[in-house]
Amino acid sequence: MTLSLWLTVLGMALVTYFARASFLLLPPGVDTPPLLRRALRYVPAAVLTAIWAPELALQNEVLVLSLENERLLAGAVAIAVAWRFRLTFATIASGLLALHLFDWLI
Amino acid sequence: MPFDRTLFAEGVRAALPVLLGVAPFGVITGVAMVASGIPPLAAVLMSLAVFAGASMVASAQLLASSTPVLLVILTTLIINLRFMMYSASLRLHFAHAPLRWRLLLGYLTADNVYGLMLQRFSDRPGEAGKLEYFLGAGVTIWLAWQAAVLAGVVIGAGVPASWRLDFAAPLAFIAMTVPLLRDRAMVAAALAAGLTVIAGHALPLKLSVLLAAAVGITAGMAVERRAAAAA
Repeated sequence: MTLSLWLTVLGMALVTYFARASFLLLPPGVDTPPLLRRALRYVPAAVLTAIWAPELALQNEVLVLSLENERLLAGAVAIAVAWRFRLTFATIASGLLALHLFDWLI
Repeated sequence: MPFDRTLFAEGVRAALPVLLGVAPFGVITGVAMVASGIPPLAAVLMSLAVFAGASMVASAQLLASSTPVLLVILTTLIINLRFMMYSASLRLHFAHAPLRWRLLLGYLTADNVYGLMLQRFSDRPGEAGKLEYFLGAGVTIWLAWQAAVLAGVVIGAGVPASWRLDFAAPLAFIAMTVPLLRDRAMVAAALAAGLTVIAGHALPLKLSVLLAAAVGITAGMAVERRAAAAA
């Protein structure tokens, strides 16, 4: 394991602990700013989408919005399954199966 | 104050059905981390030290595309900012607990543990044994998660690349995102973030992810304000 990998793990652990413990460690009587509360509500949807969207839409850093892009198609299947069933396992399994299916068809 | 074993046991029991979701996601996290090229030892250490699946998969992907360390850490912080929201709400229950327990709760607050805590106590914040319940649920989920990631790392190291299991990472994120899209403001946040990250993909150092997060959060808050004004 390289030094930069050690530093990455350490840094990730510190910032994650900071986020989790933050308000629990403040002394009693301190209030959460309402604006921060409102903003934090949208963090998961925004950040998670920012991570998966390019994995579907980009191929080698180029936008590919066509039927040639099997990751985009498989992702669309997974989104539909997630929407209908809300099951993590079914979403992942259907997406992987669809990827192999489209790969084979195209 | 004596330790309430009954409530601890109740927390453990409440966590058991949740493990059906925790275990597969842990295995997939382990597999996805190894599939994107992170050494198995680093993956296990990260799981112990960070204990937050989404950020672990994301940073393994970023590391694979040789993103600088500081940016990986910053992205981890952004992904895990949701825990700050949890800790703000857990304060209602634990602000007066001894510091050593609060230090431990900070480490154990996973999405599911927080969810169980709310289910059980949000209507009756005055009830005793909250700390023990949280610890029972938290320790159970922690153990299952670590075992699952370890299994995933072991499996992942032996899976051929042609199975394309690296695609499980974005799929896991899709599975986490879609259930969040319950109102227009949430959809706006996700859409704006998705469009921004693609429009900005040529930015250096994967800054597109951070920019997209900022634009998405702003969009969500703007739509929320409009909905409130219309109501």
